[in-house]
Amino acid sequence: MAKITASERVNLARMAERPKALDYINEIFTDFMELHGDRNFGDDKSIIGGIAYLGDSSKKISDFPVTVIGEQKGKNVKENMERNFGMCNPEGYRKALRLMKQAEKFGRPIITFIDTPGAYPGMGAEERGQGEAIARNLMEMSELEVPIICVVIGEGSSGGALAIGVGDRVVMLENAVYSILSPEGFASILYKDASKAKEAAENMKITAQDLKKLNVIDKIISEPEGGAQNDLKQVASSLKEYIIKTIKELEKISKDELVQERYNKFRKMGQY
Amino acid sequence: MVIDKIKKVNKQEKQEKNEKASDMMIGKWIKCDNCKQILYKEEVHNNFSVCPNCGKHFRISSRRRIKQIADEGTFEEIGAEVETQDPLNFDGYLKKIETLREKTKINEAVKCGTCEINGEKAVLAVMDSNFMMGSMGSCVGERITLAIEKSIELKLPLVIFCVSGGARMQEGIISLMQMAKTSAALAKHNKAGLLYISILTDPTTGGVTASFASLGDVILSEPNALIGFAGPRVIEQTINQKLPEGFQRSEFLLEHGFIDKIVERKDMKETLYKIIKLHKKEVK
Ligand SMILES: [Zn+2]
Repeated sequence: MAKITASERVNLARMAERPKALDYINEIFTDFMELHGDRNFGDDKSIIGGIAYLGDSSKKISDFPVTVIGEQKGKNVKENMERNFGMCNPEGYRKALRLMKQAEKFGRPIITFIDTPGAYPGMGAEERGQGEAIARNLMEMSELEVPIICVVIGEGSSGGALAIGVGDRVVMLENAVYSILSPEGFASILYKDASKAKEAAENMKITAQDLKKLNVIDKIISEPEGGAQNDLKQVASSLKEYIIKTIKELEKISKDELVQERYNKFRKMGQY
Repeated sequence: MVIDKIKKVNKQEKQEKNEKASDMMIGKWIKCDNCKQILYKEEVHNNFSVCPNCGKHFRISSRRRIKQIADEGTFEEIGAEVETQDPLNFDGYLKKIETLREKTKINEAVKCGTCEINGEKAVLAVMDSNFMMGSMGSCVGERITLAIEKSIELKLPLVIFCVSGGARMQEGIISLMQMAKTSAALAKHNKAGLLYISILTDPTTGGVTASFASLGDVILSEPNALIGFAGPRVIEQTINQKLPEGFQRSEFLLEHGFIDKIVERKDMKETLYKIIKLHKKEVK
């Protein structure tokens, strides 16, 4: 397979046809029941969450309940309007946190799917404490006493991605990207020229391959040639296999160890 | 940006390379960018670097801030040895850091240490907007985390003065990860039952707002500070209209329930002292 550049991966990660959170949820889990609202302000449709079963009869692993959270982009303009292009407001992150705390209470592992251009920069978002909502998630996720697996399936951009990204394992699909902000934003800030986004993408270390080297992620899930949309079932199946195997591993260690190891994982970021 | 630099009164002064270069005011006179009054610099500094005419709180260096808050001679630095990293091998980044250090005599965008505040022991972290707009990269994240961990180890209250344009772009994703790292350290601090006071000063935005700045048990701010996650220009571009006067200012955040109290700089030390005292179990 020809070498794919970082900016080509950005395009792949953002493709309208690329599978979104709900596509993976429907493939990997059974009986997904979506739960709504942050119990405070509203229900943010750019982020979905609920309870589902995970299991694999072919491997004699019987179904067990898990909590699933995902940033949900649309596949067309209409869906994207409804989903706000996967850009969450504070109530979205607060809904995610509510469901994660609920998972902890009932001892369910948590799986999150990251796919967002970033937290929504709107007036309402600021009025309702976008910064506080993200900060709270980072702090609370770091000490949840259940296994957390985070999967970057498309575009993981900025604090909006990290807000559901503090896990025991952080994995990326082969063509997903994960970055501090979009290459366009990076180019306009550092090169004072948004049209240099391609150049920015190559320099930002945003691909799964680069981030694995930086120890920001733990695992890369391969995609078929041309991208995940060409064989959703295959990608979902490798992802499912990885998720089940990892949850079984993580369930073997004590809660204290689990939390401490998650702490150590993020504690090391930026130390060389 | 903050203070219009009037003419350099004394040429010799311009050459002087002392620690004071870290302050934005050069020359003996400055002009307040709020009320346009010409002010004698020394008088401004003797007034906590606040405009004596209109009360505008000018941005101040970490050096000056520490002097205002810590009892004289009590500040002992933590994490000075932590170096700036260059995970992206970003063109010219380390060179820029080096030049800035020479020019400003500031080592990085945060300075942390143990100190006493009216005799009360505390861990103090002070960010500095004169160094790459107080942006958080690996060094800032690591120093803040070390300060939090020190405060857990010594069972001391933690005080962080925030001022930041957000995560440091030049360190890419590693800067983003500092948000998780510092917030996780604060979770431990919280669990240990210790007090954390966060003070938001002008400006506190982006990744710092979306991590440790917003996680104080008590959150204070200086008057009229810009505080938010997204920058005002980004919001204006998104919604395609101008933001109303006072949007994302301290008073706006107080109104919306995100800060506990707005405190003028002259009252800051006393206020911190009172809050620390109030969190001690024993009666005074
Ligand atoms: Zn003034």
